[in-house]
Amino acid sequence: MAQELLRKTYRVHGGDFDKAGEKAAEIKQVLRDLGLDPSLVHRSVIVAFEAEMNVVMYAFEGTVTLALTEEEIKLEIADEGPGIEDIELALTEGFSTATDEMREMGFGFGMGLPNIRKNADEFRLVSEVGVGTTVFATVRLDSNA
Amino acid sequence: MRLSAIRDILQCEVLVGEDSLSMEVETVVASDGMSEILAFAHPGALMITGLTHIQSIRIADIVNVRAVIYVRGKRPDQKAIDLARQHNLPVLTTRLGMFDTCGILHAAGLKAGI
Repeated sequence: MAQELLRKTYRVHGGDFDKAGEKAAEIKQVLRDLGLDPSLVHRSVIVAFEAEMNVVMYAFEGTVTLALTEEEIKLEIADEGPGIEDIELALTEGFSTATDEMREMGFGFGMGLPNIRKNADEFRLVSEVGVGTTVFATVRLDSNA
Repeated sequence: MRLSAIRDILQCEVLVGEDSLSMEVETVVASDGMSEILAFAHPGALMITGLTHIQSIRIADIVNVRAVIYVRGKRPDQKAIDLARQHNLPVLTTRLGMFDTCGILHAAGLKAGI
């Protein structure tokens, strides 16, 4: 396994809509300051943003962890929340359990998880109902999707 | 097309970035769906939306759009304006609706940035 050059963990609070996306913006700054390819930064930040939004919208508490190796950008978003009963359904574009409040903010189009999967080279979602959900996503430094 | 010319044809009020209106934009992304903008916006596009929540500014920053125009006379709150100022992101508002805004910009030669 490639050695980690950097690891940062950010806390995310469920329901805090004013701050939602702040951690993704910080991650963008960190990755940009490292001089990484803008398209890789772009894809990583979309992953981070959508996953952070999901924590804010659906969970109680969570963390966004960014890790960088010589080969890849790794994002791990873990939450304590209701979990996902049917993962395949949740990954279907257009499916959403968003509330009216979330839809009024322009979310809840059923694009969040599909957006994460589309922008990641590797994607894994683990969830337990009543416990929480963890998303693992990797963007390879030699990729350019 | 210069942002100052866009301001004129859409009769916009400039909320942030009065001194940045000489910048050029060539493409536009227009949507009230934040995930849609995240998924499809080209970096450097002009973003048009009717949603003024602070997330609209965060997303504009994340996808590197060049400026934001709110339609239907919408105005963001102070927190959103402060965030836009922090990111040097010009923010304008027009009384026109989404359809007219897009029609006018399309007729003026701007292309889809989605």
